Amino acid sequence: MKRFSVFAVAREAMRQHNGWGRTWSNPEPKKSYEVIIVGAGGHGLATAYYLGKNFGITNVAVIEKGWLGGGNTGRNTTIIRSNYLQDPSAALYEKSRSLYENLSQDLNYNLMFSPRGCMMLAQTQHEMRGYKRTAHANSLQGVKTEFIGPERVKKLCPIMNIDGPRYPVLGALWQPRAGSARHDAVAWGYARACSEMGMHILQKTEVTGITKDSGCVTGVETSRGHIRCKKLGMVVAGHASVVAEMAGFRLPIESVPLQALVSEPIKPCMDVVVMANTVHGYMSQSDKGEMVIGGGTDGYNAYTQRGSFHHLEETVRALIETFPMISRLKMLRHWGGIVDVTGDRSPILSKTPLGNTFINCGWGTGGFKAIPGSGWGFAELMAKGESPLTAEFGLDRFRAGRFVDESVAAGVAH
Amino acid sequence: MLVLNCPYCGADKDETELTAGGEAHITRSGPGSSDEDFEEYLFGRVNPKGLHFERWRCSAGCGKWFHAARCTATLEVFGTYKAQTTEPPKNIQDAISIRRPGWSWRSFS
Repeated sequence: MKRFSVFAVAREAMRQHNGWGRTWSNPEPKKSYEVIIVGAGGHGLATAYYLGKNFGITNVAVIEKGWLGGGNTGRNTTIIRSNYLQDPSAALYEKSRSLYENLSQDLNYNLMFSPRGCMMLAQTQHEMRGYKRTAHANSLQGVKTEFIGPERVKKLCPIMNIDGPRYPVLGALWQPRAGSARHDAVAWGYARACSEMGMHILQKTEVTGITKDSGCVTGVETSRGHIRCKKLGMVVAGHASVVAEMAGFRLPIESVPLQALVSEPIKPCMDVVVMANTVHGYMSQSDKGEMVIGGGTDGYNAYTQRGSFHHLEETVRALIETFPMISRLKMLRHWGGIVDVTGDRSPILSKTPLGNTFINCGWGTGGFKAIPGSGWGFAELMAKGESPLTAEFGLDRFRAGRFVDESVAAGVAH
Repeated sequence: MLVLNCPYCGADKDETELTAGGEAHITRSGPGSSDEDFEEYLFGRVNPKGLHFERWRCSAGCGKWFHAARCTATLEVFGTYKAQTTEPPKNIQDAISIRRPGWSWRSFS
C-alpha cells in the first residue's frame, strides 16, 4: 500500500487521482491463523495492530459480522480524555490519550486528532467536591488536569450560560490535552496498517459458534466456514455476552442502548468539548460544524441500536439551559449504539475460563477514547499472558470484590 | 415507546412512568454461600439478545415491582406477571412458546 504524503498528493493531482488503490485488502479466509480477533471495531483492530507492531505476530485474522467500524466505533461522540479517578483507569486511559497524540504519524493516516481540551462541568456542590478530588488524584497520577472557576469556563466557552437558573456552572474539571478525533479514521487507519502487515480483515463474516477441545478454543464457526486458531480474542463490545455464551461462560455485563445526535452545521462557535454530567449531556462541534450531542443510556437491556425517544428529549432539554443558542438548531441525525456496561463501570481486559481465549469488553459508554491503549494492553496480554495496563481489569475482580469503581466517579456520562 | 401493563394496578404504563430493575428470577445467595454463587447473584447476567425476563417497578403508579418477559432484539413484550414467583406462570410461558419455540432460560424452560 502506498504511503500518504504531500508528494503522493502532488503526484496524484497530476493524474486525476487514479493511483490511490485500496486502503485495505479483502482476502478469502485461510483455514487457520495464529490469532483470531472477533470484532473489527477500533479495539479489535488496535489489538491486531499492536500484536503485529510490538510482538511480531502477523498471522492474524480480524473477523467482523458487519462492516469495519460500523458498530460503536462509528456511533460514539469521539471524545478523548483521561481524567479518571482510580489509578488503574487513569493509567490505561492516559496511555491511550498519549498514543492518540502521535497516532496519525504512526499509522500514516490522518485521524484529525484535535487536543482542543475537555471540561466536565460542576453544576452541583457534590460535583464540585468530586471534580476537585479527581483533579488532585490526577496530579498524583501524572495526568494534567485542573479545577477551574466559572469565569474561566465562560472564557473558554463563551456560548455557555453559566448563571443557571436551575443548574448554574460552579466550575469545571479541565483537561487541556483532551479532545476528539475522527472516529471512522481510527478504524480505517488501524485496518490499513494491519492489512499492510499481512493480516486478514474479514468483513461480513459472522461468528456463529466457537469450537473447543479440552478447555481450549480450537477455532470459530463462521458464515464463511470453520477457521482454526491458536489464540482467540473476543472484542465485540455490546454483543460480548452473546459471543461469551457461544464459548460457554457468563459475563458480568448488561447491554443497553446509548444515543447521540448531531445538529445542522453552523459556523464555528465552540472549540472545546463540554460534558455536563448532572443533566446527562455532552457537546462538541465537529469540523463540519455540526454540534455533536451525546446523552444518557436507556434503563433497560436492549440490542436495538436506536434507544428511547424520551432520552433525546431529556438530553436536549437539559443542554438548552446551559447552551441557550442551541434551542433554534435543527437536529439532523440521531443514532444509538449498544454499550456493554459492567457492575463497576470499568472495562474487562482479561483471560477467560478457556485457556487460550481472551476477552476485551465492558467499555460501556466510553470506549472510543481508550482504543489505542486498550489495543496496546490487550495485545500484550494476548502475546505474553500478562500486561501491567490490564492487570487490574481481570474478570476475577468481580469474584474477589476488587472493583475499579469508576461508577462513583464517572458513571453518568463517560 | 415501550408500554407495559402493571399486573397489580392493571394500568398500561409508558416506560417513562416505570423504572427498570434488571434481570428477574436471580437466585439470591446469602451468607454461607460460595464465592462463585455470590458472584453469580451480584454480577452474573444472561444479557441475551432475545428473550429476557426482567423486573420493573410501577414507579409513577402503584409503586409495586412486577416482572416482564420481553425480547431485547425486537422490544416485543410477551407479557407481564406478578413478582411473587420463582418462574413465569404457565400463560406467559405459553405466550413465549408461540413466538419463540424452543426458548430456554437458566434453570427453567
